[in-house]
Amino acid sequence: MSFILDYYNYWIVVFLMMAGFYIVISANNLVKKIVGLNIFQTSVFMLYISMGKVTGGTAPIVAEGVTQYSNPLPHVLILTAIVVGVATTAVGLALVVRIKRAYGTVEENEFDNKDDVI
Amino acid sequence: MLEQHLAALPIILPLIAAPIALILGRSVLSWGFATLVSGLAFLLSWQLLSAALSEGVISYAVGGWAPPWGIELRVDAANAFVLLAVTAISTLVLVYSKHSIEKEVKATNHTLFYTAHLLCLAGLSGILITGDAFNLFVFLEISSLATYTLVSLASDRRCLTAAFRYLVMGTIGATFILIGVGLLYMKTGTLNMLDLAERIDLYDSSRTINTGLAFIMVGVSIKLALFPLHMWLPPAYTHAPSAVSAFLASTATKVAVYVMIRFIFTVFGIDHVFVDMGMGIILMVLAVVAIFKCSYMATVQSNVKTVLAYSSVAQIGYMILGLSLVSVSGLMASMIHIFNHALMKGALFMAVGAVFYRVGSVEIKDFAGLGRKMPLTMAAFTIAGLSIIGVPLTVGFVSKWYLVSAALEQDQWLVAAFVLVGSLFAVMYIGRVIEAAYFQKLPESRSSEDIKEVSWLMLVPMWVLVIANIYFGIDTSLTTEAANSASEWLFQTNNMLENKVMEGEVLEGHAIEEKAQEVSS
Amino acid sequence: MNLWQALEPAQLITLSICVPFVGALLVIVTGKIPNLREAVTLITAAILFSIVLAITDYTFLGTTLELDVIELFPGLGISFNVEPLGVLFALVASFLWIVTSIYAIGYMRGHNEINQTRFFCCFALSISSVMGICFSGNLLTLFIFYEVLTLSTYPLVTHAGNDAAKQGGRVYLGILLSTSIVFLLFAILGTYALTGTLDFRAGGIFDDSHNKVVLSVLLVLFCYGVGKAAIMPFHRWLPAAMVAPTPVSALLHAVAVVKAGVFSILKIVIYIFGIEGLKDLATTDIMLYIGAATIVLSSCIAMSKDNLKARLAYSTVSQLSYIVVGALLASSIASAGAALHIATHAVGKITLFFCAGAIMVASHKKNISDMAGLGRKMPITFAAFTVGAISIIGLPPMAGTWSKWYLAIGALETDKFIIVAVLMVSSLLNIAYLLPIPIKAFFSKPAEGAKPWRWSQTKEAPLPILIALIVTSGCCLAMFFYLQPLVDLINLIPGVSTK
Repeated sequence: MSFILDYYNYWIVVFLMMAGFYIVISANNLVKKIVGLNIFQTSVFMLYISMGKVTGGTAPIVAEGVTQYSNPLPHVLILTAIVVGVATTAVGLALVVRIKRAYGTVEENEFDNKDDVI
Repeated sequence: MLEQHLAALPIILPLIAAPIALILGRSVLSWGFATLVSGLAFLLSWQLLSAALSEGVISYAVGGWAPPWGIELRVDAANAFVLLAVTAISTLVLVYSKHSIEKEVKATNHTLFYTAHLLCLAGLSGILITGDAFNLFVFLEISSLATYTLVSLASDRRCLTAAFRYLVMGTIGATFILIGVGLLYMKTGTLNMLDLAERIDLYDSSRTINTGLAFIMVGVSIKLALFPLHMWLPPAYTHAPSAVSAFLASTATKVAVYVMIRFIFTVFGIDHVFVDMGMGIILMVLAVVAIFKCSYMATVQSNVKTVLAYSSVAQIGYMILGLSLVSVSGLMASMIHIFNHALMKGALFMAVGAVFYRVGSVEIKDFAGLGRKMPLTMAAFTIAGLSIIGVPLTVGFVSKWYLVSAALEQDQWLVAAFVLVGSLFAVMYIGRVIEAAYFQKLPESRSSEDIKEVSWLMLVPMWVLVIANIYFGIDTSLTTEAANSASEWLFQTNNMLENKVMEGEVLEGHAIEEKAQEVSS
Repeated sequence: MNLWQALEPAQLITLSICVPFVGALLVIVTGKIPNLREAVTLITAAILFSIVLAITDYTFLGTTLELDVIELFPGLGISFNVEPLGVLFALVASFLWIVTSIYAIGYMRGHNEINQTRFFCCFALSISSVMGICFSGNLLTLFIFYEVLTLSTYPLVTHAGNDAAKQGGRVYLGILLSTSIVFLLFAILGTYALTGTLDFRAGGIFDDSHNKVVLSVLLVLFCYGVGKAAIMPFHRWLPAAMVAPTPVSALLHAVAVVKAGVFSILKIVIYIFGIEGLKDLATTDIMLYIGAATIVLSSCIAMSKDNLKARLAYSTVSQLSYIVVGALLASSIASAGAALHIATHAVGKITLFFCAGAIMVASHKKNISDMAGLGRKMPITFAAFTVGAISIIGLPPMAGTWSKWYLAIGALETDKFIIVAVLMVSSLLNIAYLLPIPIKAFFSKPAEGAKPWRWSQTKEAPLPILIALIVTSGCCLAMFFYLQPLVDLINLIPGVSTK
């Protein structure tokens, strides 16, 4: 039991990751696929952020009386990763808009030609 | 001043140039500008390669932050060699693309095409040069996002779904790499690849490290389209504009292969990956299956671009096979094939693009009678095709020779036989196209005045690659020397690290923190 | 007589390869003017022959001609090394090229063939690669020129451009490329991995330290890898290649290409395995009997063919295996017979093909059953056919006698009585499928009502064709009496002797 509780942050990450992954695979709607992809990426952000936390540490700002700080580097990294994620989402949604114009639908099962199914 | 920042320039230059190309607005202007920038990047990487060959490793601290704290750019013989190939192909493709995209991309999107191309080039250069694991992820995504855009620029609507599929799989792959890097950081507390390598050796059997390795391997395998994670590649290459297919087929997947080499040899270490984790046999089996399955798939396609796309996946199998042999000569065969395959596939896709320019379709039946109407284009296709088959005096033969020799060196007679039998499929799929071009009559429905040779602007880059196919097939000294010093260097670093660990001399002072961070619990 | 004394001897090798190559380029340049183009071909052929004669002189004088051109891989590159066997083959090929060129001019014009420039260009290219094979100094060079020969003859095979040509070309390229890539290249790389060298050396490059089982496998790979030697079951390409115009079938598929195959096997046996080394290998006998089976079986198939060129093609398959058998008997005298057979079979078979082409040009007949009575209209052609046929059968006073003689002695010497029997049976089969053709042509009357096309106008083929077939049938006769120079040449090959 304590094994589960001790690593609760990982369980959240794993759950989010699998949920996102499942949506990407199973969703018919292309927008939902993008949402799934976002959840999938978010889980990784959580992984990074939670690993930077040091028990008892505070925000990494030099202040009197504080000796232990959380590690700021993963947070900074994930800032970049979030930017990348946003860009990916933007490109993905732009593609969805164009697919809607070209095919008249964003539902995979409504494509005329089955070869085009993603 | 410039000398000092030489290592960063191949990344910075196209990155800055990309928005300028967009601002220039006019198609011709941005074409000329992008070509110029790419040409400059080529010259720079030539400089870098000669510097790396004479001086060894060049290390550059981005923003003046010393590694391992700051981001480090590391240029060595291995990545300078691949960088040279990438920038050369990029320049040739840009020269070629002027007419090609006029036919295949809407006029309003031309400047976007050049912008995305430059961004992609910047990303690829970044992946090659960077010495920082997280930075690698960022560059990977820069190039990938640019690639998705490039693929979606074609006028056929199917390119959109192909790009979407590519985006979904590419993002999953990139996220896997991100997870892997995160796990490594969790255990070692560093992101600098060199530093990582030293620390990973301390925790060889750690579960975190092994999981990280698995995630990174799978992620990179998606990016390089290793069978069975290649499903995004055939539609993307088929429906992308021809110039994009030529560029991607000869650079993007090659760079991903290089990333795999880099992670295996300089980060995780051969012993860890191949001996402890047994990745060698997994990679070897996947590579052999890729060679057979995808070569077979190539022989049954009707669209020539799909044929070439499947052939690319099969050829990636050869590269992975080389590195799975775990020897200097095997790695060397991989490096040589990375370079040589870029030459062949670039030329083939350019020839196919030229056919599309005139005929408007690249189904095999539409190649009928082109041998007479477009003699230079089809001659280029034939020679590059012979190179894929591996006929002597072409680069394909050199690749095959080294790969089979490397397999025989380790008494892997069966693998050697697989490689040779696999290349028979190439005879079939190239033969089908050539037969159509030379033995069938031009269909009556097609007015013969429209079908003629393409302009020199498309022919010159195509033939430069074709001549390179023959030149480097005869004078192999440049490729062999570069690949040999690259692979020896990779092995040396690896051995050096191992020795250090044995002697317990790991440089402690390098690190940010004394030990890996404890995770909140 | 040596016209080329002013030159460095080793440069002659470069010349022998470059002259036909330059000739090919000139043919393209002069393509618009047929007379000039043909003159270029003839002059090139004559120059080449004089070069090969000069090389022969040097060989008799004992001068070693060696040339390293370029290093493809570290320590291994394209290099040439003249040895007597290669000189023999080069002599045969370059001499017959002159004759064939004369013949081709008559044939191509008489037959109004299309794409004549491409034809003469590829022809010269393939001769260039044959020269490369002749003088190759290591297996890599041999392999490279072997592949170039395959590719440069492909446009010749598919010359007609119709569906039959496409089909024939598919089989041709398919079998030759696949066997060479899968078996030959594999064997070469295996040899390189074992010994670290690919040079042709007197006595072979393998020694006792190498595993005999591996060497046995390599021998099989080499024998089948050289698909041009047409050992069953990889012989299908040769009949398929008969869709080509007759001059191609004559020079390439009776002389240059197929002989390049058996020449490669002979060279590999003599200079890679060594005749002595061959004796201990388990698969030598197996391949020997496969060769013997090929001799008999393809003779039987030849009998069933009504198409003259197809019959000659299967006859070639059978005769090629004589050379393979000679090589694998692992005796010095049998090897000499095999080497000699390269020359004697070449003149005999080329005569037969020339006749087949002459008949085609003059009367448009392909099938033997239609040739009854044709001998009276075309006496010279059928006389030449008879001479060639007797030479192939191996009866005096024709050249073929000697090579079969040495082969039989070699078989007796090694106590392989089955091989002796095969040789005898094969001679009988040769009689059965070759001699009826001229007999029927001379002594039967054409069936009434089935009078061939334009019977009354049918006459001998154009003059160039006649000149060519008279020259080659004269050679068949002359080589019976004046064989000594060739025998001397063969005796220079290390480990091979007619005594």
